[in-house]
Order: sequence, then structure tokens, then C-alpha cells
Amino acid sequence: MAESVVAPIASHSATQLPIVGKSEVRPTWCPGCGDYSVVASIEMALKRLKIPSKDVVIVSGIGCSSNLPHFLSSYGFHGLHGRTIPVAEGVRWGNHGLTVIGTGGDGDGFGIGVGHLIHAMRRNVKLTYVTMDNQVYGLTTGQASPTSRMGQKTKSTPTGVIENPLDPVSLALASGATYVARGFSGDVKHLTDLVANGIQHKGFAFVDVFSPCVTYNKVNTFDFFRQRVYKLENAGHDPSDLGAAFQRSLEWGDKIPIGLFYSVDKPTYEDLEQVLAAGPLAYQPSGLKGREKLLDEFV
Amino acid sequence: MKELAVRVGGQAGDGIASIGESIARSFSRMGLHVFGLNAYQSVIRGGHVWYHARASEGKVHCQGDTADILYALDRQTVDVHASILRPGGTVIFDPEKFPLAPTDVSSEIHLLPVPTLEIARKYTSQSILQNAAGIGATAFLAGIPIDVIHQVLTDSFGRKAGDVVTWNIGASTDGYRFAETKGPIHPKAIAKKDPPKLLMTGNQAIALGAAAAGCKFLVQYPMTPATSIMHWLAAHSRALGIVVKQSEDELASINMAIGASYAGVRTMTASSGGGFALMTEGLGMAGMAEVPVVVVDAARAGPSTGLPTKTEQGDLNLLLGAGQGEWPRAILAPSDPVEAYNLTVAAFDLAERFQTPVLVLTDFHLAEAMEGVDREEINFNIPIPSLFTVEPDSHRYRRYLDTESGVSPRAFPGQPGLNHIALSDEHDEYGGDVSDIRAGIPAAIAVRKKMMEKRMRKLKGLAKEVPPPVLEGPPDAPLTFVAWGSPVGAVRDAMAILQEKGKATNLLRFPTLYPLDPDVVRSMFARTRKTLLVEGNFSGQFAHLLRAETGIEFPHKFLKYDGEPFYPHQIVARAQEVL
Repeated sequence: MAESVVAPIASHSATQLPIVGKSEVRPTWCPGCGDYSVVASIEMALKRLKIPSKDVVIVSGIGCSSNLPHFLSSYGFHGLHGRTIPVAEGVRWGNHGLTVIGTGGDGDGFGIGVGHLIHAMRRNVKLTYVTMDNQVYGLTTGQASPTSRMGQKTKSTPTGVIENPLDPVSLALASGATYVARGFSGDVKHLTDLVANGIQHKGFAFVDVFSPCVTYNKVNTFDFFRQRVYKLENAGHDPSDLGAAFQRSLEWGDKIPIGLFYSVDKPTYEDLEQVLAAGPLAYQPSGLKGREKLLDEFV
Repeated sequence: MKELAVRVGGQAGDGIASIGESIARSFSRMGLHVFGLNAYQSVIRGGHVWYHARASEGKVHCQGDTADILYALDRQTVDVHASILRPGGTVIFDPEKFPLAPTDVSSEIHLLPVPTLEIARKYTSQSILQNAAGIGATAFLAGIPIDVIHQVLTDSFGRKAGDVVTWNIGASTDGYRFAETKGPIHPKAIAKKDPPKLLMTGNQAIALGAAAAGCKFLVQYPMTPATSIMHWLAAHSRALGIVVKQSEDELASINMAIGASYAGVRTMTASSGGGFALMTEGLGMAGMAEVPVVVVDAARAGPSTGLPTKTEQGDLNLLLGAGQGEWPRAILAPSDPVEAYNLTVAAFDLAERFQTPVLVLTDFHLAEAMEGVDREEINFNIPIPSLFTVEPDSHRYRRYLDTESGVSPRAFPGQPGLNHIALSDEHDEYGGDVSDIRAGIPAAIAVRKKMMEKRMRKLKGLAKEVPPPVLEGPPDAPLTFVAWGSPVGAVRDAMAILQEKGKATNLLRFPTLYPLDPDVVRSMFARTRKTLLVEGNFSGQFAHLLRAETGIEFPHKFLKYDGEPFYPHQIVARAQEVL
């Protein structure tokens, strides 16, 4: 092929490259917000995995939690409400040498953006998608979200929610995600493990995080979850068993499971897209110079 | 200038398009200029469809007004189309399919009954082979040498197994020989010229142009009439190293395209108006985050689902106003396949240099009609500069540096020391979000104003770099046609007809619809006398735009919104009213 695009040459050796840390921007969340634990877990996971900050792209949508990319020192794309996933997929296919992490809230991911999420999962694109699920719309000051429970009173449902909540974990299992986990902002160490393992996972890694909104959700609070969550790792759950994972995903009440529900090794979209076998698309040659024979098919 | 046109009609599922394309391709291989129009409906089987193949010694720019040979696979075809046959024309039909008497058509029209079904039965019980017999008879009458039609059939069926090719060759030969025994070749038939020409649709030209311009990622959701862009690139994906992604919807298309572009890949997406409408929020983000992307809208007759397989230029206002707020964009509108190729190449160049979306607006007629192209008209030698121009580890890199041109240095993930956030919120030069805790504070108000002006400044540069309006024909003609997009073809043919009638006209056409340089446009209109604006929509959207940008009024308009392409005789008639 004709013109070649020269890959950028790193001026450091890999060992000297800076790892993702905090940026100069301080988080803008309310004091006590669950999202502080999520950004900390992503930072710690990336530090543990020693991935250079130049190779990390954090993509988000719109909502309180979607401000997250600004608070870390990696590359980032802060896009539109509900469109976290397609931007993240585009970044990944544009340069599959990058570590791409999608972040956002339950409104962004399970409301306006749920269509994209299902398709990304069935494609098994290698992404880590971390949702800060607070069961309410925060930035628009407290309306019902797709994960708000039946009966919950919000500004948009003053007499209580009258529709069933969407369960992100069951949805992920049904959609073909190959790594499905749930964390809790009240346990950063556990959450960091789930995120780090998700980043290392070969395929779509989904981590739904109970990340309480201290301002607009007075029901699903830190205390609510502290009293109820238990870890699948301590309950004899086999994460290779899809049926058992579905069973566990349906549990909601006095006991709510967190941890790794399911993990399976399958080829990723990038593995199966043969064009990408030649390396990251951004560094591949392009154009038609010297390929005039292509015109023969039009004769 | 000698020309001959063949029309073939029948029901969807009869194979009308492949009959028509076989005839069109044969003419093109004879070195003739061809325009091939496939007219169909939004069903897979049933409904009336037809194909029109016009061939000429010189260049033809549209389907034309008449036909010389009508191959009718059903009676409805005769009823609908016999009236366009020129005196001396012939209807080819199979009396076993339907009866037709000389009194059913005008006295100047010949009938040629051909036993196509009977011929087909010699080879197979599959009645579809009747088409090969009909093609053979049509080819004879149209002056196509038998070896040319044989080669075209072999090339189109070559991949099929078993006896299919043999049967098609046999049945087409029988049809050809049968016609030969019944009478002479049509007097308007044109002898073979060399060399063979290329035959391509506007969509194929756009796909080719994208590949030549360095596109590495095409993401698209199926929607008529844009879909065949994806078909061509998907078929060549591995050979050309272009990732072709069929998305879940057009919201995904534009956002995936933006993501890949942000990662350092030249990207394109395409749809028709309905899909384009879904992309508008994403397009605004590309304008705000300053991510280059090329988006094709192959318009069809709207509003809403409208007429999915019919043509219209009704989407200009949609493209002009796409997205909330204001962001810089360019809108290019090719008028034929060669220009579709060239403007797609230009779209990639402009999108990249100005780091903003460039929109390519076509319509059904350009997207799907086939037109003859000379090999020399397609230039693959397109310079493709590296995207990686920013030195790594630039001190305090500013992705959105305020510059005179409005264009900032663009770095990509994977480059060390250039980490930044691209974003849909208003932001400062570093990509810092000014929409949350800073909005409304005096310093942030100043940033907002500065960044808005920086982005919109790109329009000034774009207006100088986009392809300017083109004047065709004698500069001092008493009537100037004003047109853009596919109607330009019919206008050109109308101008030739008017010339034969001794009436000189010229054409001012606009390959770029936006941004326009008002001074340039006004200077071009300074010399015109009467004008006739030809546009394929109800309200004259481009006339409104020209008036808004330049103050120029168009008292005479020919607006068409019936779903059908412009025909030269319609334009001639309207011009004669104005003259």
C-alpha cells in the first residue's frame, strides 16, 4: 500500500513512562459521594497494572459520574449523554493498543445508552465499563433512573416509581458480557480488585458499582448496602457457571451479592476483525496509490 | 451525436436490474458513454420496476427523455413506458407471457415477439433464464456484438456453480439469433468504440474516494440509498485494510466514527436523511471536541420515511442546521460520480485540516444511478500526510490552543506527554471543563467567548478552501441555470437541447453549498441576466440560503418534489417559459 503513517516514537522507555495518577483537577462531586471511591479504584487498578498513562483512554458520557476522566492524568473523552460506549468502541478499534475504560452513571448507561451497551457486550469488545450506579439522576437534581426501585419517590415520581427496575447484572449476562461483576463504593479494596481484573480481562468487562448518591437518594445509602452486601467469593459461587450467575443476579433484599458473577474466555471483536491483525488501525498505511487495478471491476 | 436508449421493465424479483445492468455494461465496454437508472420501489418482490440504459457517442449526463427499445417482461411495462419510445422504436416481449397487438401501441412502434420462455425451457425448468434470451434479443437490436454480451454475462454469473453460465450463454445466443432472423439492427445503434469505460454509481465513487483519501474506518447502519457505500467497502475491507462496521444505529455510527477519529484514524459514516437526523447531536460534539469526521447524506424523498427509493434534495436545511448551538461545518454536493470521488477526497482533506465535520450531500439519483467514467478521471495519487505532527512531551500541551486559524495542534492517545481530555462541554485551551464549577465566573465567561470565536473562525478559512462555484457555458448567455447536486446532469443535457434550438444558456453550479464566500458568489451573479434556479425540493432551500448569504433573489424557480429525477425536456420547457 502507498502512503504510510509513521507511528509516534515514544521518548521514554516503557519502564520510565508515567503511570496514571490524579490530575490537577479536583473532583467536583458532593462530599461523601460514592464516586470518590470509584475514581480511586480505577487509579489504584491502573497503578497496580503499571499501564503508562499515555496508553489509557477514559471515556464517559454526561452526568455527575461522567466528569471522572477529568480527575485522572490519562487521555480522556468526555462525550454525550448515553454515548459513552460507541465512543469507547471507536477508540478501541482506532487503536487497539490502548486500554479503554468507559465510565458513567445508571441513567447514561442503562437509560439513554442501554442500546449501545447490549450490542457492545454481545460483540465482546475489549473494554472495561464501570458504572456508578446510584439509582437516581443526580446532575438533573433527583429524578427516577432505570435502576430506581419500585415505589421510590423522586421529583419525577412523587407518588413512587411504578415500573420495574432494570437489573444491570442480569442484562449483562444475557447480553453476552464475558466479565460481569458488581462492586460497592463502601469497599474500595474489593472494588479495585474487580476493576483491575476487569482491565486485564480479554473482552467486555462490566463492573456495576453501588455508588450511593448522598444528596438525592435517601433509600439506597451506604448504610443500606453495608447491611446487605455479601461477597460471592466467600459464598462458594463458581464464576464459570452462567446459570448460577443468573441465579445470584436475581437476589435483592436482605442479602445482595457483590463480586465476580461470571467470567469466560472468548475471542474479542478485535481478535475476529481481520483488518486489525496488521496492528492498530491508527498506525496502518492507507490510501490507494498504485492500486489502479481496483478500477478493473468497474469495466 | 448518435445515441440509443434501452428500457426494461417488469416486477420486482424478475431480475430487471441485472438485465438493465448487463445492457448498460455492454454499452460501456463498447466505449460508449452510458447513464443507467434503476427505478424501483420499497419491496423485494412485486411492484413495478424498470431500468433505463442510455448510451451515446458523446457524454450524456442523465437518463434522458426517450427510449428506442423497450423490453417488457409484463403488460404493465408496455402501458407505462411505450409512450417514451421514439418513432421507429421497438417493444420486445414474449407472447407466451402476455398478448400484444400492433394496435396496442402507436403506429410508429414495431413489435418484436421473442419466445423467451420457450428458449429457457431448452436448458432448464428455471424460468429466470428467459431473461438471458431477452437480453440476447435486446442486445442484437441495440447493436451490441454477441461476444460483448457473452462476456458481460460470464462475468456476472461466473461465480455461480454448474451450468448457469453455459445456460445463460446458450439462451442469450438463441435470443440474439432469433432477433437477427426477424429484422435489422435498430438504425440508431452505435458501432463499437474503444477503449471500454468504467461504469460506477455515486455511492461507489464515494467509497472509492474515501479509500483513496486514507479512510480506515467506515461505520454505517443500513439505510437506502446510502447502503451501497458500505457494501463496496465491506467487499474490499480486507484487501484495503479498512475496518467496516455495521453499527446498531446511527447514534452509534457517528459516535464510533468520532471515537476512532480521536484515536488517530480517518473515518466516515453515511446514511440517508433519517439516519442523518439521528447523528445530529454527535455531529455537534465533533464540532465542539474538534474531531474531524466525514458524513455522507444520500437524501431520499422525505419527510419522515417518505419515499425510500425515490429522489429529493430536501435535506439541505437539515444539514445546515444539524445539531444544537453553532459549530463550523462544510457541506459539499457532488453532481456526478467523478465529482463524488473528488469531493469525497476533498471532504477528508478539509475535515482534517479544519478539525471539524465535513458533510457530503447527495441524493438517491446520484447515489444509485450508474454513469460512464473515463479511467483517467479517477486519480488515486492522493497525498496522505501523517496525522502525528505534535512533538511528544510538549510542555503544557494545549489541545485547544487559540490560534489565528482556529485550528489547534492535534495529539492522539498513545503519544507520551500530550495527555488531554477531548470533550463535548465548553472548555478552556487545555480541555478543562468550564461548564460545571466555573461557568458564569468572569474568567470562564471570557473563555467561553474566546473558544466560541476560535471554533467559528474556521468558517473563514473553510470558505476560502472549499471548491468554488463553477460557470459552465457561454458567460454572456441570456439565461443562467442555477443548480447543485444531481439535477446538474439534466440541466447540462437541457442546455444541449436548447443549444440545438438556437438558444444559448449557461449554468452556475455549486459543488460547495456551505460556507459560501458572498463576494465570490455576488461577483459570479454580476454577469448573469435572467436566472432559473433548478432544485429538487418544495421550498427552494438553496435559493433561501443564497438569498440569506448574498441578498440575491431568484424570481424564476423550477422546483421538483415528486420523487422523480429531473428530465431534460421538463427543464427545456421551463426555460422556454422564462426566456
